[in-house]
Amino acid sequence: MTSLETAPHPEKLRRVAIDPLSRVEGHGKVTLLLDENDHVQQVRLHIVEFRGFEKFIQGRPYWEVPVMVQRLCGICPVSHHLAASKALDQIVGAFRLTPTADKLRRLMHYGQILQSHALHFFHLSSPDLLFGFDSDVARRNIVGVAAAYPEVARQGVLLRKYGQEVIRHTAGKRIHGTGSVPGGVNKNLTLAERDELLKDIYPIIGWCRDAVHLARRLFEQNLEEYNAFGRFRAHTLSLIRADGAMDLYHGGLRARDMDGGTIFDHVDYNHYWEQISEEVKPWSYMKFPFLRALGPQHGWYRVGPLARVTHCDFIPTPLADRERMEFLAYDGGSVAGATLGYHWARMIEMLHAAEAIKELLHDADLQGTDLVVSGERQERGIGMIEAPRGTLIHHYRVDEHDQVIRANLIVSTTHNNQAMNEAVRQVARQYLDGRKLTEGLLNHIEVAVRAFDPCLSCATHALGRMPLRVELIDAGGDTIEVMMRGGAGEGVAPH
Amino acid sequence: MSTHEPRKVRIATTSLAGCFGCHMSILDIDERLFALLEHVEFDRTPLTDIKHCGPCDIGLVEGGICNAENVHVLREFRRNCKILVAVGACAVTGGLPAQRNHLDLADCLQEVYVTEISLASGMIPNDPELPLPLDKVHPLHEVVKVDYFLPGCPPSADTIWKFLTDLLAGRTPHLGAELIRYD
Ligand code: SF4
Repeated sequence: MTSLETAPHPEKLRRVAIDPLSRVEGHGKVTLLLDENDHVQQVRLHIVEFRGFEKFIQGRPYWEVPVMVQRLCGICPVSHHLAASKALDQIVGAFRLTPTADKLRRLMHYGQILQSHALHFFHLSSPDLLFGFDSDVARRNIVGVAAAYPEVARQGVLLRKYGQEVIRHTAGKRIHGTGSVPGGVNKNLTLAERDELLKDIYPIIGWCRDAVHLARRLFEQNLEEYNAFGRFRAHTLSLIRADGAMDLYHGGLRARDMDGGTIFDHVDYNHYWEQISEEVKPWSYMKFPFLRALGPQHGWYRVGPLARVTHCDFIPTPLADRERMEFLAYDGGSVAGATLGYHWARMIEMLHAAEAIKELLHDADLQGTDLVVSGERQERGIGMIEAPRGTLIHHYRVDEHDQVIRANLIVSTTHNNQAMNEAVRQVARQYLDGRKLTEGLLNHIEVAVRAFDPCLSCATHALGRMPLRVELIDAGGDTIEVMMRGGAGEGVAPH
Repeated sequence: MSTHEPRKVRIATTSLAGCFGCHMSILDIDERLFALLEHVEFDRTPLTDIKHCGPCDIGLVEGGICNAENVHVLREFRRNCKILVAVGACAVTGGLPAQRNHLDLADCLQEVYVTEISLASGMIPNDPELPLPLDKVHPLHEVVKVDYFLPGCPPSADTIWKFLTDLLAGRTPHLGAELIRYD
């Protein structure tokens, strides 16, 4: 069978769209083209929105950036807040933060991992896993889970709440806080805040463990199907600590090939563009990154929990590390390459986040008062972090008037672009090809997309051109805007 | 018997040119969600698999309007929802994405898809599957009638909770000074 990316004669085919994708974050759709015998000829995951952050932050003073760019994404604003801060640390010459600043940011980040992973598993994906991929659409959601499995839903809500509270105490507010600044942080963690978080951390760790075991049990019950579902081989990429430990806040770049062999390791991320390049395809606003050494055809890879849990030499907290070893050994290592293995790996990371939070809360450095440092001013800054969904890159240039003059963002979901397309094509081959499509069958495609926990919200930062004409008419019937084909992009004199 | 139970209030929500932060703030009501579920049911939202909005009592819309698709969805919400609420700065004013309103699209495209340094090869996406971006980002009330505006980026969970519980109780929502925030 062909790659299914592009059908030779699309005009003769019937189009089916899954639009909008639901129970994912952000705006996207999948289109399928089928021939008269219901054979699938083309499958594409499109990112359909644009917002232009890279462009409109130009001209803004650099210290506004960590607060502005987090509005790319309300699900993982902390990731953007911190990746931007890390880039701007370099701009202000802060190459080594104070222990208080470093640890406070880490605490904020692990709070974020906890809340995002809980949201994804419980609120968005668990309905598919608990009820079945083609179960009744009316109850295939968190409300249905709350009715059928009240304790699972309650723990999901409370795990997310705890992560949000960690963020509130470190960033000032649950969504779009301001705690991190170029060179450090603007507050420490007071003893009262610490005690409030400490009082619930032990049940939280327990529930995270239960969540790992729930993810594992779901796999055990459906091992053959889960293992084969949307399965494909891919390279992997993540940050890694110098000693090989999982570190979601900082590290060097590690890439492995499909067989686990090293492509590169401990690469300084300040030279990321020597390793990673991007391609554009006409049918998506999301770019397609690849490893330069392998080229665009073969160099794509996956990022996120599955890549990280299989990449690291160990997880530096005991409970999560034990779960990692069981995950890797399970069924002869089969799950570590399965698309649905993402969920299990994600829960292992959530457990690690809870354990890391506990350790940080016991660290007196968080009550330190030395918050910000600076050094010799630089004009270029690069920040990288492992966001809940994978490696996140922020890159800025700042001029002598303190204005941002250039920005490049490669968000986690973008790294997974080709991998997600591979997964949905594989599912189309396995489940849809030659059959009459039903809602339940189409949901299989979304189950594959959801495994990646894509944040299509983050991935919509770029601007696109206009292929049509529309008139925008206001509530009173007056035309307020008319847009024409080719109004931008095509046939326009370069500026 | 359940025949005497009052009908549940039906709520739809959607994100247009928003970041999902307002939706996250709705979820930040935490365990109060379960109390809410005793009185409401959800139509189209990012949490359910209903792809098109049907007749509803309340529609909560996050995000401004940045493309033709947004206009379409917003009109569908207006047609179907008795009460339409603009939730958050983006819906109320266009928000941060409206920062692009003074820029030229062709310029932006060129930079993001053609001249960006990390690109191996550039081209501007142009497939008909991609909805037409508008030249400017618009707030909701420029296109449809809006019944309530909740400011904030995002409005806090307590603000959303007070607003919804007032509406559900049949009261005109009244937010005190501490619940109306713009940050
Ligand atoms: S108002 Fe703020 S939180 Fe809400 S969608 Fe817009 S940027 Fe996100």
